[in-house]
Amino acid sequence: MKKLIRSVSMAAASLCVSTAVLAQTEVSFYFPVAVGGPITKIIDGYAADFNKSNPNIVVTPVYAGSYQETIVKSLTAHKSGKPPSAAILLSTDTFTLIDEEAIVPIDNFVKTDADRQWLKSFFPAFMLNGQIDNKTWGIPFQRSTVVMYYNKEAFKAAGLDPEKAPATWTELVEMGTKLTKRDASGNVTQWGIQVPSSGFPYWLFQGFTTQNGAILANSNGTTVAFDDLKTIEALQFWMDLSQKYKIHPPGVVQWGTTPRDFMEGKSAMIWTTTGNLTNIRKNAPFEFGVAMLPANVRLGSPTGGGNFFIFKNAPEKEQQAAYEFAKWLTQPERAAQWSIDTGYVAVSPAAYETPALKTYVAEFPPAVVARDQLPHAVAELSTHDNQRVTKALNDGLQAGLTGTKTAEQALKDAQVEANRLLRPYQ
Amino acid sequence: MTFTSRHIQAYLLLLPAFVFLVGFTHYPAIATLIDSVMSAPRGGRTPVFVGLENYQAMIQDPVFWKSATNNLWFALATIPASMAISIVMALWVNDKIAGRQFLRMSYFLPTVMPMIAVANIWIFFYTPDYGLINQVLQLFGIKSQNFLGDPNLALMSVTIVAIWKEAGFFMIFYLAALQTLSPSYREAAQIEGASRWYFFWRIQWPLLMPTTIFVLVNALINSVRMVDHIFVMTNGGPNNASSLLLFYLYEVGFKFWDRGYASTLTVVLLAILAIAGLMQFFLLDRRAHYR
Repeated sequence: MKKLIRSVSMAAASLCVSTAVLAQTEVSFYFPVAVGGPITKIIDGYAADFNKSNPNIVVTPVYAGSYQETIVKSLTAHKSGKPPSAAILLSTDTFTLIDEEAIVPIDNFVKTDADRQWLKSFFPAFMLNGQIDNKTWGIPFQRSTVVMYYNKEAFKAAGLDPEKAPATWTELVEMGTKLTKRDASGNVTQWGIQVPSSGFPYWLFQGFTTQNGAILANSNGTTVAFDDLKTIEALQFWMDLSQKYKIHPPGVVQWGTTPRDFMEGKSAMIWTTTGNLTNIRKNAPFEFGVAMLPANVRLGSPTGGGNFFIFKNAPEKEQQAAYEFAKWLTQPERAAQWSIDTGYVAVSPAAYETPALKTYVAEFPPAVVARDQLPHAVAELSTHDNQRVTKALNDGLQAGLTGTKTAEQALKDAQVEANRLLRPYQ
Repeated sequence: MTFTSRHIQAYLLLLPAFVFLVGFTHYPAIATLIDSVMSAPRGGRTPVFVGLENYQAMIQDPVFWKSATNNLWFALATIPASMAISIVMALWVNDKIAGRQFLRMSYFLPTVMPMIAVANIWIFFYTPDYGLINQVLQLFGIKSQNFLGDPNLALMSVTIVAIWKEAGFFMIFYLAALQTLSPSYREAAQIEGASRWYFFWRIQWPLLMPTTIFVLVNALINSVRMVDHIFVMTNGGPNNASSLLLFYLYEVGFKFWDRGYASTLTVVLLAILAIAGLMQFFLLDRRAHYR
C-alpha cells in the first residue's frame, strides 16, 4: 500500500513538472520570403530575441516558401485540423481565409487601452485590406506600394531636368517620348517607360485605375468595377503607351527582369515595388531617382504585401501568445529596422520618428517616397474567391496588352466572369 | 481450393507491396473520382453530391480547353523532338571520339539541374533586346522578340526549355542500350559494305525498340507532368497562352481551393494517361523485339 501511495505521489509530482513545462506556450509561425536578402536570418533573429524577453513563450518560425506556398501549407494544415498559430500571408487573401473559417479577428485579443492604442498606430492605408465588417483580421507587417524608378543620367542625356520626374500622365507621355531612343534601323535601344505585366498585372494596373479615379472592388469584396468607363480608360492608356505612343515595350513585360532592364539602361523609367529599392540601390551603375507614380485625376497606387494572421483552430493560449508576438514585431524600433533591412515600408508613422530610420532617410531620401505616397494609396484588389476573380482580370489585361482584345472587350469579359464567380457571395 | 499455409505465406509476402499500392495508388484514385462529383468544401460546410455538374462546368470552361490544346501541342512537340535529339546525341557520344566524356557530361547536365533554377536562367535567355537569344537574332538582322510576352511565342518558348531538359535524360537510356549491342554486328555490316544509315535503320533501330518504348512512355508522362518551369517563366500567361493541364489543375486546386473541380480535372488527366499508356503497350509491344 505504501508503495502504491509513493508511486501515485511520484506520478503526481511528475505531472506537476510536466505542466510547468507545458506553461511554456509554443507558437508555430509560418512566413514567406518574397524579396531578396537574408530574410530567414532576420526573422529567426526576431524570434530568438522575443523568446529571450518572453520566457513563457517559444516562437518557432517556419520558412514556408513563396506567398503562394505559404498559404497552401497554412490552409492544408488548417483543413487537417492542425494549423500554425500564426502566419504572414498576402493581405488580399483575407476574404479567402475568412471564407475558409481559418482565422480569428485580432479584436478578440484587444483588451486594454494600450492594445487599442497599438491597433490605431498603423498607417490607415495598410489597414484597408485587413478590416472587413468592422473587424480587424490582419496586422500589417511586410507592406509595400508601387513607385517609379527613373534613370537620372538618361534624363540628362534627353535634355530633361534629372530632379523632376513626370507628375502627370501627359508629362509621362511627353518625357517618355523624349527618353525613347532608336538606332538607325528603327530598333529601340532605350524605352521611355516600362510597367511589368506578367504574373500579377492587376497590381500595377491598379496604379493606372486609381490615378484615373476608379476603385476596382467594394470593401465587402462582393462586386467589382472592371467594366467601369474609368477602368477601361486606364487600360486604354496602358495599351496606348506601347501601341500608340510606342514608348513602352510591346506585349507582356516580365516582372522578374524589369529591375534588370532598368539597370541595363534598357528602360529609362520603370514601375515596380518599393521592395526592390535596396536591390537597385546596390546594383544600378548610374544615379537614379524614386518618385511617386504620376497623377491623372488624382495621385494613386495600391498597397501590397503581407499581413500577420492568427489561426482560428489554434489553442487559445497559442493565439494569445501569437498576438503578443505580433505586437512585439510591430514596435516602432523593430518596424524601422525591418524597413531598413528589406526596403519594405515601415508600418507606422512612429517608426519614421525613430533615430535609426531618421538617419537612414537623411542619407537616402528615396526611402520616404513610398511613405509620402501612402495618403494617396488604396486597398489592393481583394474579393471573395479572390485568386479566381483576380485571374479573370489578369487574363483580360494580358489580352489587351498583347493586342488580342480591345480594352473594352477585355474588361467586359473579365466583368462577366467576375460577376459569375461573385454571385454566391452577394 | 483449400487455403493452405502456402497461400497465407504468399499473401503475407505480398502484403507490404499491396498496402503501398492501395494506400498510394488505388485509394487516392477512387477518392478523386468521388470528389469529382461533389461540391467544393468551403468553410465548415460539408461537400454535397452534385452529380456531373463539375464535368459540365469543365466542358464550358474555355481555360480548360485552352490548356488542353496547349498540352496537346506541347506533347506533339516535346515527345518526338526530345527523342530524336536524344538518339542523335547517343549515337554521337557512343562513337570513339575525342572529348567523349566531356560531351556526355554536357548533354546530361540539363537533366541534373533543378528545373526551377534553370527556368530562372532561361528567362534571361529569352529577355527582349539584351537576352542571349535576341542578341544572336539581332546579329542576323532579325528584330528583337518578346518570347515570353507574346501569345504566339510563349508556348513555343516553354516547349523548347522542356525539350532541352529532357533530351539528355533520354540519351542516357539510348546510350546504355547501344553499349549492350554486340560489336560484331557493326563489323559484319562493315564487311558487307552497309552504309552508316542502313546499319542504323536496319540493325540498331530495331534492336533499340524496347528502349524506344520505355523512352516513349516516359516522354508521354513528362509531357503532362513537366510544368515547374511554367510557374517560373510565364505563370500560364499571357492570357493562358502557355497554360498546361497540370498547371491549371494546380491553380484550381491550390489557388482557387475548388477541390471538386480540381478532382474532375484530375480524373480527366488520369483517363488520358491511362488510354495513352494502354495504347502503347498493346500496339507497340507487338513491334518490339525483346531478347
